[in-house]
Amino acid sequence: MSVFSLLVAQNVVFWVIAALMVFAALRLVTTRNVVHAALYLVGVLGGVAALFLLMGAEFVGITQILIYIGAVIILFLFGIMLTRTRIGDEEKTDHRNRLGAILAGLAVAGVTIYTVIAGFGDAELGADTRTTTAEVSDSIFSQYIIPFEAVSVLLLAALIGAIVVARRE
Amino acid sequence: MSDFLRSYLTVGIFALLAVIMVALMLTLASVLRPERPQKQKYISYESGVDPVGEGWSQSRLRYYLFGLLFVMFDVEAVFIFPWATRLETYGVFGLVEMAIFIFILALGLFYAWRKRVLQWV
Amino acid sequence: MSVFALDPAYIGGFGLSEALILIIKVVGAFGLLLVAVMLMIWFERKLVGDMQNRIGPARAGPWGILQTLADGVKLFFKEDLRPAKSDRLVYRLAPYMSLVPAFLVFSVVPVGGNFTSGDGTVTWFGNSTFLQVADPHVGILLVLALSSAAVYGIMLAGWSSGSKYSLLGSVRASAQMISYEAALGLSLAAVLLQAGSLSTHEIVAAQGGWNWNLWVTGLVPALVFVIAATAELNRPPFDLVEAEQELVGGFHTEYSSIRFALFFLAEFMNVITMSAIIVTLFLGGPDGPVLTERASWIWGVVWFFVKLVALLFMFVWFRATLPRLRYDQLMDVGWKFLIPLSLGWLLLLGALRVGRDRGWNTAAVVVVCVAAGAAAGVLLRLAVRSGRRESGELADAEADAGEAVNVGEPEKGS
Repeated sequence: MSVFSLLVAQNVVFWVIAALMVFAALRLVTTRNVVHAALYLVGVLGGVAALFLLMGAEFVGITQILIYIGAVIILFLFGIMLTRTRIGDEEKTDHRNRLGAILAGLAVAGVTIYTVIAGFGDAELGADTRTTTAEVSDSIFSQYIIPFEAVSVLLLAALIGAIVVARRE
Repeated sequence: MSDFLRSYLTVGIFALLAVIMVALMLTLASVLRPERPQKQKYISYESGVDPVGEGWSQSRLRYYLFGLLFVMFDVEAVFIFPWATRLETYGVFGLVEMAIFIFILALGLFYAWRKRVLQWV
Repeated sequence: MSVFALDPAYIGGFGLSEALILIIKVVGAFGLLLVAVMLMIWFERKLVGDMQNRIGPARAGPWGILQTLADGVKLFFKEDLRPAKSDRLVYRLAPYMSLVPAFLVFSVVPVGGNFTSGDGTVTWFGNSTFLQVADPHVGILLVLALSSAAVYGIMLAGWSSGSKYSLLGSVRASAQMISYEAALGLSLAAVLLQAGSLSTHEIVAAQGGWNWNLWVTGLVPALVFVIAATAELNRPPFDLVEAEQELVGGFHTEYSSIRFALFFLAEFMNVITMSAIIVTLFLGGPDGPVLTERASWIWGVVWFFVKLVALLFMFVWFRATLPRLRYDQLMDVGWKFLIPLSLGWLLLLGALRVGRDRGWNTAAVVVVCVAAGAAAGVLLRLAVRSGRRESGELADAEADAGEAVNVGEPEKGS
């Protein structure tokens, strides 16, 4: 009975999305074509956005789609298309040492999972975990105002750095 | 929570219907159309002459910089949206905060303008 | 033991009436969009023909209305040529990524309802609901996210075709689209100042009773949004990347038959949904005089369609009359004009709104903001000019002018 009580629609959707994300992430690192890798990354980030929405964080979820999928990966694709990417496979995107990679991946995953369970294993979610845009906005403009202004300076610095590097070529 | 998730579920169903419709159209077309493979048909189109060189070309660096500028302004817009909905509560303090934010990012745009990054696309 | 028993998503109950409403809305919106696209293509060809003093389609059906259907059927029967150098998976994926966002934007648009003397709800089967497919609390942000996703269709189509012309065309089209998306988002913020919420229903409700955002925000955000939307949709006068007079078709050069038709369909569907968004944001959506008491929500639908057709007429009018912008002119307008203008206007509107609460003098606020904007403009002009002088461009320009004068002098002397 206790296992079946977990079989609510939200948990089912969570597992489905998580499985798709794991598949996309594995294909991301094993595919031989860089543009395909970028598209699998879109899949992973889309899964993250879906998980945010499932948790009730709608502003963050839609912003994830808007910024990450809508701007950052397009930037990646512009960068990829600047260099010589051919259609078809490139040999240098994968390497033979699968065993070492799997072991390293399992080690990192194990450490992360242990940390999360040890830290949040007892936490329980309320029935309503929605975060409205107003709450996010209030916290940005009262508690996190300094990081907010720092973000603008950070973006400015990134832009100036990119322009300086680009113009040198 | 129920209205919230239900509205996204509705959007999801709508998206699924759209994908199914496109797939149906493509399947129907693949049933209906002729298939007469001939090697010359699959050459890339280059104004009627035989193609020269490989199928790629180096895009210019300028497009990457436009993408970067767009990321900057997209992030700025994402911060402006919740601020705009709650400006009444924040009053003058909120106005000044956002003015500083916009000013710093506008500095970035003007720097790009002056360094002739925005020119001659 | 039902899977849905403990689920907070279904606390409100999900009985037959709710499912029926959902199905009616989804199927209705779907059918509406498809028919609208068919009619829109016909409308454009007929109207452009009219403005160019010719008849336009006239044979397929009465007044040529079935022309779109005939063209679609013709395209079904064409052979699908996938170039040998193309990337198989992405070549097939690109039409999906173009068409699905175009459909999805329509799901948050309020199509009807009585917003003048009510709050836009209708009661079907005992449940009160809005006349839109879905109303997430961040509806308008979803619209922006979907139009960002639409860039993928174009970019991937060009890259996956394996031809350098397609790649170049698609990179230029994507750069154009992302440039104007920034302006789109920033002019949208002015609407949010008035509405106080990101939900499309709230935005329309805040404009009830002739309070349309077109004049409440000043005309500038609406103009910026319309220009940015025209560029975002790759419509004339911003359609350099896929124009008919260009020898190579841009990103869809290597697509044939139904896949090409899907891109075409996606473009026109985007026009319709973007016009619907403009109506929602700036023209009050279904707001308008309600002339009967019974079924008052019908009038909302009527007014929505009147405004939508007016906007579609405007887009077709742009196509028929305006000359095309060159690509560098296009990017100049987007980055150097629209973005600073919308940012400045946003700050002005914010200052006015705060000032209204504090009792500041409206005229003083306007004067201060305009003066600050003018000062910033002068400083910018000085900075750009000094940048050009450093690089020697101005010296070249003066030398050219000097040569012209020197050439003229001997003629004057003799």
